[in-house]
Amino acid sequence: MKYSWTEFGEGVRIATQALKANRLRSVLTTLGILIGVVVVTVIISVIQGMNTYVTGELSSLGTDNVFVSRYPWMITSWEEWLRVRKRPRIEKEHFEFLEKYVTLAEAVVPEVATRRTVKYRTEDLGGVFIYGTTDKYMVSSNAMPEFGRFFTDNEIHHRRNVCVIGWEVADKLYKNKDPVGKRIKIGGQSFRILGVMEKRGQMFDFSMDNNVMIPYTVFLKVFGKHRSLDIQAKALSPEVVGELKDELEALMRRARGLRVGEESDFSVNEQSQLLEVYNNLTKVLWIVLIGIGSIALLVGGIGIMNIMLVSVTERTREIGIRKALGAKRRVILWQFLVESMFISSIGVTLGILISIGLATLVKQVSPIPVNISAWVAFLGIGFTISIGIFFGLYPASKAARLNPIEALRYE
Amino acid sequence: MMIELKDIKKDYHLGLETVHALRSINLNIDENEYVAIMGPSGSGKSTLMNLLGCLDTATEGTYCLNGSDVSDMNDDNLAEIRNREIGFVFQNFNLLPRASALHNVELPLIYNGTPSSQRHGLAAEALTKVGLGDRMQHRPNELSGGQRQRVAVARALVNNPSIILADEPTGNLDTRTGDEIMDLFETLHDGGNTIILVTHEEYIAEHSDRIIRLRDGHIERDEAR
Repeated sequence: MKYSWTEFGEGVRIATQALKANRLRSVLTTLGILIGVVVVTVIISVIQGMNTYVTGELSSLGTDNVFVSRYPWMITSWEEWLRVRKRPRIEKEHFEFLEKYVTLAEAVVPEVATRRTVKYRTEDLGGVFIYGTTDKYMVSSNAMPEFGRFFTDNEIHHRRNVCVIGWEVADKLYKNKDPVGKRIKIGGQSFRILGVMEKRGQMFDFSMDNNVMIPYTVFLKVFGKHRSLDIQAKALSPEVVGELKDELEALMRRARGLRVGEESDFSVNEQSQLLEVYNNLTKVLWIVLIGIGSIALLVGGIGIMNIMLVSVTERTREIGIRKALGAKRRVILWQFLVESMFISSIGVTLGILISIGLATLVKQVSPIPVNISAWVAFLGIGFTISIGIFFGLYPASKAARLNPIEALRYE
Repeated sequence: MMIELKDIKKDYHLGLETVHALRSINLNIDENEYVAIMGPSGSGKSTLMNLLGCLDTATEGTYCLNGSDVSDMNDDNLAEIRNREIGFVFQNFNLLPRASALHNVELPLIYNGTPSSQRHGLAAEALTKVGLGDRMQHRPNELSGGQRQRVAVARALVNNPSIILADEPTGNLDTRTGDEIMDLFETLHDGGNTIILVTHEEYIAEHSDRIIRLRDGHIERDEAR
């Protein structure tokens, strides 16, 4: 005779009865599992969400953009900083040289920035990013003016005080008026507004519309020649990014007059490096978090085991009666396994529901897209069954192996 | 022959010491006999009762119950034999406190896989037989001692076992309810059941047709009355 539905039904009956008879105890045990599940699913989901978010934001830098800068984007040691800190600035001439000879780039753009307060009549707006660049900016950052036009080569060459303002600046400083043709005061100088850039949104909570673009030649004149340029190059196609890096490295070395064997005194950076850095920095954190989550689950599981052992002891006599009446080991084993799985499945179900609630909350208060994905939920269900079985098995088999005579005599 | 015990010995090991609880028991019990097993404490009567009830196995010797040799059976096979062949009635009733009288009586049926459609009917029938047809949904704590023992008797009966094994069935009851239970056994015996009664009270044993007296692990006397 195999294990029958009748026996299983009795197991479920006993489990529900036992849980009802010890309400507080059941709730507390369930709580242990619930907390474990919430911790694990929320951690996994936040990690996933963070990764999606960061990857998405970084990709808006453009996967086919390469940046020639004075310093590497990530300096990982003090020694490295000592090595790079004396590097010479990247000058206008270097940019012009790269722009002239590069073959694998669709656009090469200088970029130099500062943060200033800008004024229009009596109104002012603080913390605006002032960028010095060229008209190729439109290609490299894939953004066009919504109204008016960008400044031209000619205006750059003759260092005209002209600018294109970001969408947010236009909105805040000029309200309902058309800013094109109006003046704006930046760093004590008056500029004529040629156009307004289209809205670009945010990157890492950082507005990309709170800015003013001016010719880089004017920037260097107004804000000082001591500034080093960053040079952004957009590859002809994503496939040639690697070759473009090599080309820029070679051209830059020539512009700097470096000899073979001399170390480059500049850096060629790209977006994927940031991703790598992000992954390296967070890897350890994720392991720690998952470790904490697992400990929480383990503690919950130990809670179940503990309560099941108590339950077995309490019901020794009942087990004796059942065995005397013909219950086989398997039946008793199942009775207790069903009970422990019952507790853990309630814990996991509630835990997943609460996690979904928490995820929704996190999504609303932060830009991180936290979602409890189906596989996390399935993982949870898998966990339940394993925890229920793993931590229930020992108490259950202890019950199953009880000697009926001793069990019946148990007071 | 319903029960055949041949050269049964049972030893217990308490630390280094070996206790010979039963020393060479030979015993036959026929169908529809009404037997009382008596003896002072330490005489081995509990041990014999556990062996007869298939709750334990002997150290030596053979035990045939209703044609099958149960001497060397494992835990699960013994459970099956207990379910099919033996109805227990205990001194302290041993009912499940959280289950109704009906469910308590259903238990043996659950463990032999009787479908629930038949289970309720059989259990209700057994409860009616012991005079508790109107108390089926009551829990043990809502019943008097005598009623509890009747539930236990109904549970012992429900599976139509070969023997009903009663261990001091009146020990926790007052004289009057005890007599009622003994009357119930009488009726069952008249209806064809084999009954084995373990007791140390002479007046209870007198209800039986045969008294087996144990002393120091031996059968001291075995007399039909």
